[in-house]
Amino acid sequence: MNVLVCVKQIPDPNAPGKLDPQTKRLVREGVDLVLDPGDEHGVEAGLQVVEKDGGEVTIISMGPPKALEAIRRALAMGAHRGILITDPGLENSDAISTARAIAAAIKGQTYELIICGTESTDGSSGAVPAQLAELLGLPLLSFAKRLEIGDGKAVIDRQTDDGYDVVEAPLPAVVTVTGGINEARYPALRGIMQAKNKEVKQVGLKDLGLEGQAGRAALTQEVIEAAPAEARKAGEVIDDKGEGAKRVAEFLKELKVI
Amino acid sequence: MPGVYVFAETSDGAPKPVALELLTKARSLGTTTAIALGPGASQAADALAEHGAKKVYVHEDAAFRDVLASPAVDLLAKQIDKDQPDLVLFGMTYDGRDVAARLSARLGTALIANAIDISKRDGGWAVTTPMFGGSLLVTTVSTAKAPTLVLLRPKAVTAQPADDAPAPQVETLSDPVDSSKPVARVLRREKEKASGPKLEDAAVIVSGGRGLGAPENFKMVDELAAELGAAVGASRAVVDAGWKPYAFQIGQTGKTVKPTVYIALGISGAMQHTVGMKGARTIIAINKDPEAPIFKLADLGVVGDVHKIVPQLIQEVRSRKGK
Repeated sequence: MNVLVCVKQIPDPNAPGKLDPQTKRLVREGVDLVLDPGDEHGVEAGLQVVEKDGGEVTIISMGPPKALEAIRRALAMGAHRGILITDPGLENSDAISTARAIAAAIKGQTYELIICGTESTDGSSGAVPAQLAELLGLPLLSFAKRLEIGDGKAVIDRQTDDGYDVVEAPLPAVVTVTGGINEARYPALRGIMQAKNKEVKQVGLKDLGLEGQAGRAALTQEVIEAAPAEARKAGEVIDDKGEGAKRVAEFLKELKVI
Repeated sequence: MPGVYVFAETSDGAPKPVALELLTKARSLGTTTAIALGPGASQAADALAEHGAKKVYVHEDAAFRDVLASPAVDLLAKQIDKDQPDLVLFGMTYDGRDVAARLSARLGTALIANAIDISKRDGGWAVTTPMFGGSLLVTTVSTAKAPTLVLLRPKAVTAQPADDAPAPQVETLSDPVDSSKPVARVLRREKEKASGPKLEDAAVIVSGGRGLGAPENFKMVDELAAELGAAVGASRAVVDAGWKPYAFQIGQTGKTVKPTVYIALGISGAMQHTVGMKGARTIIAINKDPEAPIFKLADLGVVGDVHKIVPQLIQEVRSRKGK
């Protein structure tokens, strides 16, 4: 069974993000870029499927040439090869352009399963997987916290507000995974060495036949303003020297919680 | 007046709270049509009209309940083609997100997710979304053809009945559901929510994070919550680690809550979490790291060891309640 895993390189989520006041785009310069931690779970889920059933995991990402590093990280975890969609015309793409580019890039590939994170940690719109499924005419199994493959079907536990639903779809299908689905493995030194020799194909708008149909040429939306939100003002912060609990209890009394 | 569609999610014949929030916003923007799908949907029509829906489309086929997204996308695409609305609102929920995203790919229109507000601007729509955990507000406009699809975060708007609510004009649809396409089908539903007040409705929430150190320590959180009659919440780190089921998760990928008092125990205050709770009226935080971002939000912060302070606090609460 061949599995495609979509990943995104994002600014380190542990570092505070910045927006360029002029272009209203995410500042990427001088910021550490990492494989989205949410996507590590997607890579892990893909690896577990092929380790059980055989086949290969192909990593797909779209981004600047530097995004190759995120693909290498996934290859170091054990994925087999990569595709990097990169083109100056795709800078600042919106979700639908991203979905179109991925759909075009995987045309001609054989796969039974496409795995994505539920949403990127930086943008968090969570639109690309469903858009990709729609463009490919495939069912989408979203918010999976458990994934099982067998009999030409995928079955997931899909998170809900008060529990989970067991949902089934025939393959090929698109699955989005949550952080709860697995513990992602760390790349071993051997994996990191091997990753350097794994094939990563680079494709641009022209290769994909998407000139004028994706990226800057096909933006559906534009950010026109960015302003700091009214900040909550910080209140009283005290060091606990044995009186902390008492102070909290008094405060709760003032608030009439007790 | 522009035409505004609202994808009104229902459950067992009752509108979900977010559906009424969407209508409250929608009726200030144009002439509102609600679409309610699935068995029992027609029973929700009165409540939808009370919140401003001039017209309600209902379709009661079981497929809308049992098949993810696809049947709703087919029907919405058809009705949108017929009525040509300018704006379609969805709740940023599991189902709302899947349906809106698929529909945007089908129609080639703009999809703006994570919205907390929408207003009219220059003949179009200006949509406000929070970034970086809500520290920055970004305004986005559609540059694509109508309709603009917007996913509004739950609790961004307070649901209120309309003053001039019309009698519901209900149109029952009966278009056959396409069963030729491969789909994702729900086999069964499992509930795993514990007892106590619901997070969404609770006046007081006690929430625990990774700083508790180990799953067994979460008992302190449960115990304090029980003493205060509060609901229990958790950070994503805790849910991902399997200490608590997902239903407890508060934040970007979990629930958005607006209690009167929010007590954060061993929660550092990552943006992923704070976006879901910073609307609380009063925030109390206990954490050992004085640099933790949660202290920038807290009305009262205590820098110290949760394992020592929380048991003391439970005792303090008990003794004060006794008085």
